[in-house]
Amino acid sequence: MTDQAFVTIRNAAKSYGALEVLKDINLTVNRGQIVAIIGPSGSGKSTLLRAINELDPLTSGEVWLEDVQINKKLPHRQYEAHVNQVRQDIGMVFQHFNLFPHLTVRGNITLAPRMLKGLSEADADKLAEEQLAKVGLSEKIDEYPSRLSGGQKQRVAIARALAMKPKVMLFDEATSALDPELVEEVNLVMKQLAEEHMTMIIVTHEMDFAASVCDRVLFMDQGVVVEEGPPSVIFHDPKEERTRNFLRKHLSR
Amino acid sequence: MGLDFTVVPSYFGVLLMGAGWTIAITICAGLLSFFGGIVFAVIALYGHWSLRLPFRGFAFLFMGTPLLLQLFLIYFGLIQIGIDLPAFVAGVIGLGLHFAVYNSELIQASILAVDKGQYEGARTLGLSRGQTLRKVVIPQAVRAVVPPMGNNMIALLKDSALVSVIGVMELTLAAQQAISRTYRPFEFYLAAAFCYYIVNLALEAGLRRLERRIAASR
Ligand SMILES: Nc1ncnc2c1ncn2[C@@H]1O[C@H](COP(=O)(O)OP(=O)(O)OP(=O)(O)O)[C@@H](O)[C@H]1O
Ligand SMILES: [Mg+2]
Repeated sequence: MTDQAFVTIRNAAKSYGALEVLKDINLTVNRGQIVAIIGPSGSGKSTLLRAINELDPLTSGEVWLEDVQINKKLPHRQYEAHVNQVRQDIGMVFQHFNLFPHLTVRGNITLAPRMLKGLSEADADKLAEEQLAKVGLSEKIDEYPSRLSGGQKQRVAIARALAMKPKVMLFDEATSALDPELVEEVNLVMKQLAEEHMTMIIVTHEMDFAASVCDRVLFMDQGVVVEEGPPSVIFHDPKEERTRNFLRKHLSR
Repeated sequence: MGLDFTVVPSYFGVLLMGAGWTIAITICAGLLSFFGGIVFAVIALYGHWSLRLPFRGFAFLFMGTPLLLQLFLIYFGLIQIGIDLPAFVAGVIGLGLHFAVYNSELIQASILAVDKGQYEGARTLGLSRGQTLRKVVIPQAVRAVVPPMGNNMIALLKDSALVSVIGVMELTLAAQQAISRTYRPFEFYLAAAFCYYIVNLALEAGLRRLERRIAASR
């Protein structure tokens, strides 16, 4: 199961005009591994995460999911088809949920499986019920997102992503927009995914959470990976001065 | 000659028939203006330039010239190039396209106002550009635009009186016919106005219900 390169990023670079946001980043995530990306604001964490599913394509470098290159150079039409295909295998959860307000919870979860996998209404309903049960929101299936709390919205967003049966899940500060008392319910869902050996890449400002669920932590600053290693090393015995400075400001203890 | 409303009831059937046609033309032209508005908005925002440029000219023509003239052009003008439309159809097309252009302006603005996170949420799931537009962006844009578009529909109902000039037997023309037989313009124009008012009330009530229904899904 493990020790198998699952997500591979090679020599990733990204610039906006003269601004270099990512500089020669390499990262390998094995199947079932959970990697946290931490770092100061503007260090390129979101950009790196969004490069993995081509939301923000790299300027140069490669992104692979198993044996498929995600950022393949292709003629426009083929590229679109390719990207739409590979994105089905990559779930993403955003800071601001990005639920579809005009659809119920059920509609949010079933839209993509129905359109892309041709599920029947009954099968899609069953899928929605399963995924909602997983995030503990079965009773909200017919609510509109506007009627949910932030924590519930984020759990629905996770259920929506999981309904596509992704191979890997990307989280971009999934709890940053939540009131403090709602953070835990989302963290719990993510921990549960960890126990099920979902491969995850998690951008977070919550060091305690990163320390408790992740196998590896990447510290990024100014577009480079300054240091990476198991949480025990990064959080308790970092080698780099920059990492220590950052953690001094962010560790809650 | 004083006012005498007792003549009105004997033309009740004529007026009712006219009101029926007014409703029919409003519904048909309203639907055309709604779906046409969506199509025009998508062309204006995402169309290839070879489609977008002629469309801009077309939109300018419809917004910058009188509706009355447009109706004449469609009904009488098109016959010369071999397109002989029934008056009702010509009226629906004229009214519908005219208001489709106005609706399109509203929908364009509200498509552009849809949060970028909505595109990202949909595209990350694997939906294509077109699927994202159809299933996520346009439904939201249309919901946002229901109140101002409702005003266009009410304007459309009132402007439907203009199709009397190409001989569609709607409410205004029905009243005129009754007048030409009875020489009682005040009574019948007032009766027609009353009918418009009733239909308008019904339309507004329907629009309010619609607004309430979509309030939860915004
Ligand atoms: N579309 C864009 N155009 C220009 N610059 C951008 C764009 N998107 C991001 N940047 C810049 O890229 C850099 C990295 O941004 P990114 O969002 O990846 O940082 P981050 O580490 O996720 O920060 P935060 O913790 O605040 O979310 C920042 O300097 C940002 O200003
Ligand atoms: Mg970020």
